[in-house]
Amino acid sequence: MFHWLARQRYLMDYTLAAMWRRKWRNLILLAVFTLVVFMLASVSFFGSAVRFEAAHALRFAPEVMVQNLVLGRHAMAPADWVEKLKGIRGTRHVRGRLWGYFYDAANGANYTIMVPDGTDPSLKVAPGEVIVGAGVADVREVRKLRHLLLLRPDGKLFKWRIRRILSDDSALLTHDLVLLAEADFRAFFQLPKDFGFTDIAMEVRNPREVLTIAAKISRRLPNARVITREDILRTYENVFSWREGVLQALLLASLAAFAIFAFDKASGLSAEERREIGILKALGWDTSDILAMKLWEGALLALFAFLLGAVAAYAHVFFFHAGVLEPVLKGWAVLYPRAPLTPHIDRLQLFTLAVLTVVPYVAATLVPVWKAAITDPEIVMR
Amino acid sequence: MIEIENVTRIYNEGRPNEVRALNEVSLTIPDHAVTVLKGPSGSGKTTLLSLIGCLARPTSGRILLDGEIISALPEHFMAKMRRERFGFVFQRFHLIRGLSVLDNVMIPAYPAAPDYRELRERAMGALKRLKLEHRAQMKVELLSGGETQRVAIARALINDPDWILADEPTANLDSALVEQLLDEIRMLKRAGKSLVITTHDPRIIDSDVVDVVAEMADGKIVSVTEVGK
Repeated sequence: MFHWLARQRYLMDYTLAAMWRRKWRNLILLAVFTLVVFMLASVSFFGSAVRFEAAHALRFAPEVMVQNLVLGRHAMAPADWVEKLKGIRGTRHVRGRLWGYFYDAANGANYTIMVPDGTDPSLKVAPGEVIVGAGVADVREVRKLRHLLLLRPDGKLFKWRIRRILSDDSALLTHDLVLLAEADFRAFFQLPKDFGFTDIAMEVRNPREVLTIAAKISRRLPNARVITREDILRTYENVFSWREGVLQALLLASLAAFAIFAFDKASGLSAEERREIGILKALGWDTSDILAMKLWEGALLALFAFLLGAVAAYAHVFFFHAGVLEPVLKGWAVLYPRAPLTPHIDRLQLFTLAVLTVVPYVAATLVPVWKAAITDPEIVMR
Repeated sequence: MIEIENVTRIYNEGRPNEVRALNEVSLTIPDHAVTVLKGPSGSGKTTLLSLIGCLARPTSGRILLDGEIISALPEHFMAKMRRERFGFVFQRFHLIRGLSVLDNVMIPAYPAAPDYRELRERAMGALKRLKLEHRAQMKVELLSGGETQRVAIARALINDPDWILADEPTANLDSALVEQLLDEIRMLKRAGKSLVITTHDPRIIDSDVVDVVAEMADGKIVSVTEVGK
């Protein structure tokens, strides 16, 4: 074992020196390979982080939401629906929710304005107060002023004292959020008290009966659209998995192209390289030594490119908001204020990425490497 | 002792460009002596040296080293034989550019993976014997012709082989360097090494270091002369 390790160390030393001697060719290979890994890893990290973020945030979302549909479009739910839904066995905590969107023309930003449902005491707001997401605080630069001013389209100005700025945890759902008291909400959106709710949220006593309860609601309120937490999560999964899948398919095609490029490079051994292999074999190196040396060369290049590409992708996704891929991955659902993603990578994801990138490269170079390794040592005598 | 028995070597056998480089060659090469394979270009001496050094296999016939057949060994053992029993000095020296003198000298020992400090000491010892220790860290492409040749000899000695095989070692040397090479051959002979040298250079063939001259022509041995007898 010790002899094997010592031999590998010598072979690796020689390999590194040989790679350095052909540095320009190796640098070009490294750059192209790093770029491919960077793109693949960015897509993978981004998709995974978004799904993680959504799953994390939706843990606190209501189990079932009921919306009123008029002409097939979402409309305000009548206030008496709350009582009707309370009458369905197996439901609990039925409450009407008030939320809407506000476009801040001055900053070109969309905010989600919402009345907290009162289940979380830390999110309670009194009239005249608001709690804002970190993105809103940044866009409006209110961290010092501690006041939020919004101008309604009809020109009326509203001013609230900021009670709290939400942290970046679960940023995807809270980043653009403004929480305010029901009276302030109705005043801002000019919504009469008997005008009902944006939708109705509820919990289910037995989580295994969610689908049964949903069916009961549909029967009792035929105009209602019933959305379960699982539906939302599945939609997120599908939207981002689909986008991620399409991009990854394209990028895997580019990886295949790179593998062909690597095969071509490895096949086209220069006369000098062939002579060098002949010299080594004439001096007593075995075919297995040459094979090991060439495999080290491929593995070192592939691993280094993988590390560089993965680290660059991590920085790209989590520090630079995946600027290169954002328009493709988020599509129409571009969030503004921009939501930073919580860094999240699992080991399986990294391992899969390594297998998808390092193995094809090493495999693509295997045949040319074998051909090089069986170079006839007699070549040095001719 | 090396015994060559009825060795034939054919290149591109069965093709229109078939070449019979050696034809039924038999020869005995003694230990601890300097044997010269003499002959014009194309006479087969380099091919014979390749077969002796396990760089290739004969098409027919066999080669024995100390009574053991070495011409039919599997590739792995041929490589081991090249590494442990033979040291090569090639016509163009074939040092590896971009590496230092010391690295070049150590390369044949890498597959055996000896202790690094011990290997380095061995390499420095070989360079010292050839008065090259001050060039150990220099890149080989910066060496003069004579220095390049001495590095090639140091490399041939790193695994302490019994046999040194040199192919046309004077082909790229001027007269002064040929004298220096003869001194180095004397040194190797004194150290108990056996040498086989291919050459048609009279400065080597007629020198006092040579013990046996085997003359070749058209892929055959035409005469064997034991010098001084």
